[in-house]
Amino acid sequence: MAETRHLGARIRERRLAAGLRQTDLAKAVGISPAYLNLIEHDRRRIGGKLLVDLAAKLGLEPGQLAAGADEAQAGALRDAAGRMPEAGAESDQAEALAGRFPGWARLIGAQAQRIEALERLVETLSDRLAHDPHLAASIHEVVSATTAIRAAASILAEPDVPADWRARFLRSLGEESRRLAESAEGLIAWLDAGREDLGETALSPVDELGAFVARSGYHYPELEAPAAGEGQIAEILSREAGRMASGADELVRAMLARYLDDARAMPRPAFEAALEMARARPGGDDPARLAAGFGVGIDAVLRRMASLGGEAAGLITCDGTGALLLRKPVEGFPIPRFGAACGLWPLFQALARPAQPVEAVLEMPGALGPRFRARAIALPRGAGGFGGPLLLEATMLVEPLPGAEAPAAGVVAAGGACRVCPRLGCPARREPSILRAEAPG
Amino acid sequence: MGKRIVVIEDEPNIVEAIAFLLSREGWEVRTCGNGETALDTVRDLRPDAVLLDVMLPGRSGYEILKEMRADPDLAALPVLMLTARGQKKDRDLADSLGVTRFMTKPFANADLVAALAEITT
Repeated sequence: MAETRHLGARIRERRLAAGLRQTDLAKAVGISPAYLNLIEHDRRRIGGKLLVDLAAKLGLEPGQLAAGADEAQAGALRDAAGRMPEAGAESDQAEALAGRFPGWARLIGAQAQRIEALERLVETLSDRLAHDPHLAASIHEVVSATTAIRAAASILAEPDVPADWRARFLRSLGEESRRLAESAEGLIAWLDAGREDLGETALSPVDELGAFVARSGYHYPELEAPAAGEGQIAEILSREAGRMASGADELVRAMLARYLDDARAMPRPAFEAALEMARARPGGDDPARLAAGFGVGIDAVLRRMASLGGEAAGLITCDGTGALLLRKPVEGFPIPRFGAACGLWPLFQALARPAQPVEAVLEMPGALGPRFRARAIALPRGAGGFGGPLLLEATMLVEPLPGAEAPAAGVVAAGGACRVCPRLGCPARREPSILRAEAPG
Repeated sequence: MGKRIVVIEDEPNIVEAIAFLLSREGWEVRTCGNGETALDTVRDLRPDAVLLDVMLPGRSGYEILKEMRADPDLAALPVLMLTARGQKKDRDLADSLGVTRFMTKPFANADLVAALAEITT
């Protein structure tokens, strides 16, 4: 079993960290030291009561010991390795490292994330330096004033300049030096304003929207009230005042306005009742049927299921280019913060089949191979009219599938992003992976 | 009779310095402070050289250079381009449009005079 592959290593690591001898722990849980030795070297599978007892003696929850807790860290390690392939990190040993040295794994993962955030910040600032019109104008002013001063000063340094010309160039020097001083002050003010951004790692308006959605869990009780309106949206935004840059607040406002529309069209009590009834029927919670019942689009139902689904319901939207617009994360389902995501997601398949629901069970890479039910639809966005361009927005609901519900067939081996995905033979691969071998599961 | 030059530059104090320097060297100097009338001035004067700034009100120096090179009467006219942007892409663009010499601001007076002498001999 994949999930027990490094269980022994974790038990050993936690036992040593707790200062327990193998004999003592074995005795405490009622097994022989030799048997515990076999377990610690992954030569015996365990589960049930013995796993619970071992976890209790080691001061852990059974789930923490068994699996999952290290999986996210292993993923973070693989991601870190992918960002610096020249280091030759043994990506296939990420789980072992996370299991044996969780603290170091956390450190590596956190540093990799920090480096990525800082790299994006550098990109953003470089972009600003290259394209900011105020900066370009300020620099042009400085260079022009400097040019005039240099030319005039060089002329004045010569011995035989006529008096009338000397007076003109002295006047020119005075004018241009004042202009240079003012331009320099403007530049310093601009740079000081830019420095304030360094404390934040919000890297683009869409990124800030993603961070906001992740913080709030895409659920806003204020907007669920029957009388909720613009006032409640303003209230939520006011709480975020100062945290978001210009541009991000517009995206958040638009997202909240759509949330409010969804909540009005599908009030929580009615929607949850309909969902419960639907789940009891054959066919289950078909969003198309729910959409017909409430007279809304299927995308609205997917959003509503995500907003009321708590941590077990993720939501991703993208535009026709595949650029991710909104990200409500769900544990175990990697969503790239930057760059392109896995082309096998129904989110992107739906773009090729507008207005047609697309569903798949996605299996993510990793020892546990967690599976998710993903349902998506792409619908026209905005009112382009007959002559206008077709602009699509795709919406995908992602829900973890408990192992017992996972179908045996029809599972799509997907991932998060090509660069850190171990599925080397994937038909949707767009760039090489830094991972050298197919991961188990 | 001295050589004639059109100085297309919108910064009056820079124009004044350049006009002084070139007049002293025997150039007949005509100035133009905007991109829109620059070509008319060049066609009117028929100079021996043009000193052309890149960032001009109305029309960029690149556009003016492009049009000059498309005009058979002006295609071979020596053009010294002045710019505050000295990046390679700016030089490459000027080269592709047929500039004779490219110089970044701020310049040394002697270098400017020497460059104009070189491209008109």
